[in-house]
Amino acid sequence: MSEKRPPEVKRRDNRAWWLVLPVVLSVAFTAVIPLMTVVNYSVQDVFSPNDRIFVGLEWFRDVTRDPEVRAAFGRTLLFSAQVLLVEIPLGVAIAATMPRHGRVAVPAALVVVALPLLIPWNVVGTIWQIFARPDIGLGGWAVNRVPGVNFNYTLDATDAWITVLVMDVWHWTPLVALLAYAGLRSIPDPYFQAAQIDGASAWATFRHVQLPRLRGVLTIAILLRFMDSFMIYTEPFVVTGGGPGNATSFLSILLSKIAVGQFDLGPAGAFSLLYFLVVQIACYVFFTVLTRSGR
Amino acid sequence: MTDIRLEGVGHSYDGGRTWALRPTTWTWRGSRAYALLGPSGCGKTTLLNIVSGLLSPTTGRIWFGDRDVTGVPTAGRNIAQVFQFPVLYEEMSVYDNLAFPLRNRGLGRAETDRRVREVSRLLGLDEHLRRRSRRLDPGRQQIVALGRGLVRPDVAAVLLDEPLTVVDPAVKWALRSKLKEIHRDTGHTLIYVTHDQTEALTFADEVVVLNEGRIVQAGEPGELFLSPAHEFVGHFIGSPGMNVLPGELAGGVVRVGGTALGRASGDLPPGPVRVGVRPEFVRLGAGHGGLNGLTGRVTGVDRMGAYDLVHAAVDGHPLVVRAEAGAAVTVGEAEPLSFAEGRAFLFRDAVRCGVVEPLDGRPGA
Repeated sequence: MSEKRPPEVKRRDNRAWWLVLPVVLSVAFTAVIPLMTVVNYSVQDVFSPNDRIFVGLEWFRDVTRDPEVRAAFGRTLLFSAQVLLVEIPLGVAIAATMPRHGRVAVPAALVVVALPLLIPWNVVGTIWQIFARPDIGLGGWAVNRVPGVNFNYTLDATDAWITVLVMDVWHWTPLVALLAYAGLRSIPDPYFQAAQIDGASAWATFRHVQLPRLRGVLTIAILLRFMDSFMIYTEPFVVTGGGPGNATSFLSILLSKIAVGQFDLGPAGAFSLLYFLVVQIACYVFFTVLTRSGR
Repeated sequence: MTDIRLEGVGHSYDGGRTWALRPTTWTWRGSRAYALLGPSGCGKTTLLNIVSGLLSPTTGRIWFGDRDVTGVPTAGRNIAQVFQFPVLYEEMSVYDNLAFPLRNRGLGRAETDRRVREVSRLLGLDEHLRRRSRRLDPGRQQIVALGRGLVRPDVAAVLLDEPLTVVDPAVKWALRSKLKEIHRDTGHTLIYVTHDQTEALTFADEVVVLNEGRIVQAGEPGELFLSPAHEFVGHFIGSPGMNVLPGELAGGVVRVGGTALGRASGDLPPGPVRVGVRPEFVRLGAGHGGLNGLTGRVTGVDRMGAYDLVHAAVDGHPLVVRAEAGAAVTVGEAEPLSFAEGRAFLFRDAVRCGVVEPLDGRPGA
């Protein structure tokens, strides 16, 4: 006489979906609908508000073939690569030298490192625009005192590039350093003690104790720094305005020139969507590679 | 194996206001297995870290044999230390973990390989050598962490800081026997920190009990149980701990609540004393030998299965008796009590100062 219990029926209840509604609405209002207007522009040739024709994917074709866009794409890619190559190791190095203990030392180090992060983008641009000037800027003046160096970012393409790069390193390495510092602080003391007992050198301790435990925060740091540097706009706009020539004309600067300067809404729409897509894909690839390699 | 000698070693984390470890003189004899037993915060880990050199003592000197190592950094002391949780180089294989300390010391490839294989055989890690260390279960990870200590030649001592905390209870016993086996095979001095008395008593040749930064007693497990030298040892070792009753010593006679219990051994000045007796050495009912005279009002019985714990009140003070299972007692009734001879001790300022002897002075009455 086996007593059979009725299988428990899980009642499906979809009412919780209502809770998501506010997010859906606000995202739709702030992101999806504006994006749809961009999509709308990208497939039309707009002459005036009442006069437009559908052109299909013509703008996309044009944009991908445009040598100016391609050059800007290359520049931006190179810039992002350089930013990552400099800021990630430098940030980790700074974090590794920051004090782990101390009632005064720790907060003092944190504040000093975090200072550049507190300055608004366009102010950073203004600071560096003046700082790097060879005539009245302390930095530019000092560099020109070095024999054989003739530094002028308003005239020389390489100088302008270096100025923007150094400015970005100055502004954003602290972010990487703070993230890495948080990661390092979360390593329990016995790991360092064990390394000491095992006779590990400072480098071996860093390589085998600290670095493996930074994977998580460095993934975030790399993603953030890639996205930010790939979309950099304000600082080079203030410092160089994209010049001299096109030397520091990154994708975003070129885009705003097309969209706002020339008011070419169709090409600008297509450009924006492709730009967006590239950032998405790159982030996805970074994230997947970085999280998979840890397993 | 060399002795490790502490000479007046003490440590304070706040510049001398309070001592985590009071200045202590103590010798860890070579090749012995020690358990360092005490409650949380009693200074066990501090003492351990001073031996391994992770901590520099505020005062005192440390000797390994006839070598003064007080100023010698950790790496120069050849100490193996295992922490509360497995500390591994997680991205490395088990083999690389074991080889790491040797590579850091610049040992040759062939010699490294020979030693790694030797230790892996000793610890039963042969089949795991190629695996990533983080994929092992916590018990095995601790074994690997231990192996990293043992792999070096001339290990002075192996220090274990509550190494089985993260290990499954079922695996603990097996690991502990493994540790004993390793100790037997290698003959290293072993210092095993724990707050678990069973772990300490079953593991060690000698148990060192630490309380409030002070070594209160050291001895073989049986000795600590049978003749605690300090009230704390009586409380901390044994389950339940030792009973303590306040008493009065006058004219050589110990009285508890006005009732004469026995005669104090030696020549103690009169005054208040505390009488300590383990629940195992108290019997219920009249007609037993030993120290008679006290009665206790039964307040409750815990049936533990193999035995009963009878709770009683003697002159208003609680006392526990470990009685045979099925003890015929009724709650609320008074029962005569007798203490086994030679097992009731006198304490003053928590330190043992004598034994209670039978009143008529005849041994074995």
